[in-house]
Amino acid sequence: MRDVSAGSDLPRSRRPSWVEKRLTGWALWHSQCLVSTLGQLANTPLNTLMIAAVIGIALALPAGLFVLLDNVQGLSRSWESAAQISVFLKPEVSDAAAAKLAKALHARPDLAQVRVITRKQAFQEYRQLSGFKDALAVLGDENPLPAVLVLQLAQGQTAAGIEHLLAALRQQPQVEIAQFDLDWMRRLHAITEVIRRGVTIIGVLLGVGVLLIVGNTIRASVEKRREEIEVAKLLGATNAFIRRPFLYTGLWYGLLGGIVAWLFVAITLGLLQAPVRQLAALYRSDFSLSIMSADTLFTIWIVGAFLGVTGSWLAVGRHLAAIEPS
Amino acid sequence: MIHFHEVSKRYPNGYQALRSVSFDLTRGEMAFLTGHSGAGKTTVLRLIALIERVNRGHIIVGGENLSRMGKRRIPYFRRHIGMVFQNHRLLMDRTVFDNVALPLVIAGYSHQDVSRRVRAALDKVGLLGKERLNPVTLSSGEQQRVGIARGVVNKPAILLADEPTGNLDPELSREIMTLFERFNHFGVTVLIASHDLSLIRAMGYRMFTLKNGTLIDADRMTAA
Ligand SMILES: Nc1ncnc2c1ncn2[C@@H]1O[C@H](COP(=O)(O)OP(=O)(O)O)[C@@H](O)[C@H]1O
Ligand SMILES: [Mg+2]
Repeated sequence: MRDVSAGSDLPRSRRPSWVEKRLTGWALWHSQCLVSTLGQLANTPLNTLMIAAVIGIALALPAGLFVLLDNVQGLSRSWESAAQISVFLKPEVSDAAAAKLAKALHARPDLAQVRVITRKQAFQEYRQLSGFKDALAVLGDENPLPAVLVLQLAQGQTAAGIEHLLAALRQQPQVEIAQFDLDWMRRLHAITEVIRRGVTIIGVLLGVGVLLIVGNTIRASVEKRREEIEVAKLLGATNAFIRRPFLYTGLWYGLLGGIVAWLFVAITLGLLQAPVRQLAALYRSDFSLSIMSADTLFTIWIVGAFLGVTGSWLAVGRHLAAIEPS
Repeated sequence: MIHFHEVSKRYPNGYQALRSVSFDLTRGEMAFLTGHSGAGKTTVLRLIALIERVNRGHIIVGGENLSRMGKRRIPYFRRHIGMVFQNHRLLMDRTVFDNVALPLVIAGYSHQDVSRRVRAALDKVGLLGKERLNPVTLSSGEQQRVGIARGVVNKPAILLADEPTGNLDPELSREIMTLFERFNHFGVTVLIASHDLSLIRAMGYRMFTLKNGTLIDADRMTAA
């Protein structure tokens, strides 16, 4: 009987060519497998598209939500860095007193900058902006507007620190109102963190769903090709050999699903773009939704491919052992 | 080449298919395995190909004790054994070429080697020129020849055939048996299960006769 180890008797110089031959055969088989499994999927386009769509939706939902969350968090972060506190002083506080207070506040470490809008400046600005020039003229020199201090927060303020600062400001006798406009942004930030957790959990559940769907599909095709598998085993096929085309099929499902997911997310973001820009315009912002980054695209694809291969691996592993030639 | 030593096989349902069967087949020999339906012929072949394991006794094939062979080695072991089935077990959704090529693809041969060897094997069974056809379009005699080509394409040391002429008329059966003889002349050890007594008696090879799982007769017709 010929033995596999008989190759060691060959002269040493001949050995690489034998190895090379085997290797090309192996690589050839892999590439043929890749192409032929794609060909088989193309033969049943409806079935393939359905599975790709299911995987696509399962991937697109968490991916799309993550992109939106990234947008929201990016937005809140950029607003926070420009966070400022408006301190409206009591009307009877003179500009000089305002400047004095400003100087005192400037010494605080949690404030980066303090700007004074004097009563006069406020009045002029208001007249220009509001367009009520003539109506205000009626008031004559009577200026109803108080002086305002605009406080720029130092970097890295915590919510508690800001709360503390606001309390301190409100205790000052000259201060009428101290207002931090971005409170709601902080809350939004906290909420998005919670939502991010939720989306992660949904993503994991959908991932498990994809594993089950791919697994079930692969299980069906293992069952359909039972005779082929038995014959291949009788002819000396290893489990790895038999598993390979199924793994490639799973890979294709995952990659196709990834493309479907891209389309879903891209279309959704595209549809949201116009209303978001309108909304941003209302806030005098030129904010627009950032589209998917190359990173995100790549991640979706990798996750899709991983789920496809893993799903079929689990299914084939379980069912292959049960198919022994008879 | 094939050595059975007091081999017993009991199927999981409790049926005793073989009882203490012993025989020897030397390298390059051709022999027949015969007996009534249910005598245990297929079981003998299945044990040699490690589709089943023995319960008692041992089998040595090509110097290897099959009882000691681990699961992982079985595929590589089977590549040295050509198998031909009564219902030929061809894959009907593949061409004749792809069917015959399967053992080579499994063994990892390069593209050129595959086509060269497949053509050579089809040539030997007289089917060169039909490689692009689907097996369904062939006659049952031709289908069996495709099955034989697949069995020998990997140049196995041993060829096992289970009722290879079971579905064929006498003339085609004779033709198929002649094919096996030719492979035997090339040095392949051949063991054929068949109950077509009139045909195999006329061929004059050694015959092992099973009855209810017991070897009752190992007559040495060629030695006579
Ligand atoms: N997998 C099996 N499980 C249980 N009994 C079996 C199995 N395979 C074969 N047998 C029984 O073993 C006996 C011998 O079968 P087999 O070797 O196929 O005989 P033959 O090929 O000579 O007709 C038969 O009675 C058959 O019913
Ligand atoms: Mg039988």
